[in-house]
Amino acid sequence: MIRALLFWLLLFGPAFASEGIVAGLSQNRVSITADFNGSEILIYGAVKRDAPAPKGQMHVIITVEGPKTPIIVRKKARRFGIYVNDESVQIKSAPSFYAVATTGRLAETLSETENLRHRITLPLVIRPVGISAQAEDAPDFVAAMIRVREKEGRYRLVERSVQFTEATLFRADIDLPANLSEGLYGVRVFLTRNGQVVDRFDQQINVRKAGLERVLFNMSREQPLLYGLLSLLIAVVAGWAASALFRQMKR
Amino acid sequence: MQIYLPIAELSVNAFLLLGIGGVVGFLSGLFGVGGGFLITPLLFFIGIPPAIAVATGANQVVASSISGVLAQVKRKAVDFPMGFVLLAGGLAGSFIGVWVFARLTAAGQVDLFVQLSYVLFLGGIGLMMFWESVGALRRSSKAGAPIRRSHTHNWVHGLPFKMKFRASGLYISVLPPLAVGALVGFLAAIMGVGGGFIMVPAMIYLLGMPTKVVIGTSLFQIIFVTAFTTIMHAVTANTVDMMLAVLLILGGVIGAQLGAQVSGRLRAEQLRILLSLMVLGVAVKIAADLLLRPAELYTITPGLLP
Repeated sequence: MIRALLFWLLLFGPAFASEGIVAGLSQNRVSITADFNGSEILIYGAVKRDAPAPKGQMHVIITVEGPKTPIIVRKKARRFGIYVNDESVQIKSAPSFYAVATTGRLAETLSETENLRHRITLPLVIRPVGISAQAEDAPDFVAAMIRVREKEGRYRLVERSVQFTEATLFRADIDLPANLSEGLYGVRVFLTRNGQVVDRFDQQINVRKAGLERVLFNMSREQPLLYGLLSLLIAVVAGWAASALFRQMKR
Repeated sequence: MQIYLPIAELSVNAFLLLGIGGVVGFLSGLFGVGGGFLITPLLFFIGIPPAIAVATGANQVVASSISGVLAQVKRKAVDFPMGFVLLAGGLAGSFIGVWVFARLTAAGQVDLFVQLSYVLFLGGIGLMMFWESVGALRRSSKAGAPIRRSHTHNWVHGLPFKMKFRASGLYISVLPPLAVGALVGFLAAIMGVGGGFIMVPAMIYLLGMPTKVVIGTSLFQIIFVTAFTTIMHAVTANTVDMMLAVLLILGGVIGAQLGAQVSGRLRAEQLRILLSLMVLGVAVKIAADLLLRPAELYTITPGLLP
């Protein structure tokens, strides 16, 4: 009986999902306070099995995705001897942050079809639909956006940064940069075997401005006039106080 | 110590901002200008988005101008009626400027427009000031050279709507000061500057005001124009970053007072040459950015195309 079951399991291995993944995050909320200087999220977990491990290369892929916004990409061109913004392309939605961490080289970790299905690599996340009509070399604009954001540390692919212990336990540290935007950050953990996704785990991190940052930001949107007047008041008081202070010191 | 700016949404070193505020404040105290023309490009340079740099720069100019004008009021060196006339023009100019700024932001050409304004105005004023002060320095070293009259009659004095400005000892039409005020208000809104570097020469050479009331009167009206600009930017675009402003102001007001003390020990012509060289330096740097091929041709902005 057991032998027969094992036989079927081995045969259909991934399809039956004899392996699963359990994972957790070190924190599911990040508060952006005045002294916020980036944050590190620890993602850890284990592979659970109800049968001996099937054959094949096992890997873990972790993605962290920030809130999506529309993006305008502009290209400078030389006009009348100076560089000015010329052509532009509208990208409907691009994540403000996207990190991929893997246990091995991505090409070996994930098959092309599974990548398409789960939309794991960045070009598939951005899905630049309908941009070819906007500019002649529209794909260059998307590539440029990815390049710029990689330089800012917003987009990154870190292969072999997920550590595997005894083919069961895994952990990864994901650095969130200091120029973080607010919103819900989606975390996905994929378990793959022979490039096929066996199981996935989804979780969210809530990134919020907190304390003074929250108060100032809300006020600037909800009470812009009051906010402007308060900014002025600070300027007036500071300007007056400095001159009064120095007059005192001169005496 | 890193500090997160809530509106700009990035993390910057707090001491760097205090330092920028302090250095610019020192120079503004030294030369009697607001210093906005230095602080806004410096903010661009450390990665603050242009719209936020311009709006917050205007807020910072309010503080440094108040600090400066208080000293001038004590010396009775402020022509209040003239200040109010300039202000009326300034508010109108600022209103148009904020509107133009919002339109250009939508069209994606705001950086270009701001940069071109900087090159044009800083370059022009810098050259004029340099030329004039080198000449003045030469003249003062040669004793007995003819002194130019500061107050000459020209077409400006033929315009209607004349008004008496007692502190300046002038009886002129209100139209030129209105126009000068409007131009400066417009520039304040799009460049994040107080416009002292245009206002001061315009008052001396165009309106024929005596030099002793020029700085105080210019600072007086700059306070109101930049205050108005700050409010307008805060309301129309939510681009004033209070955290950024507080750090710049803190450094700025202290620097301004120190600068004012040092300025007493230098000669006026030498000061003007130094100021003109600094103004020219900023203009050349911005011009180079426009003329040379940038390392990255593409820029990205969150948002939708209009």
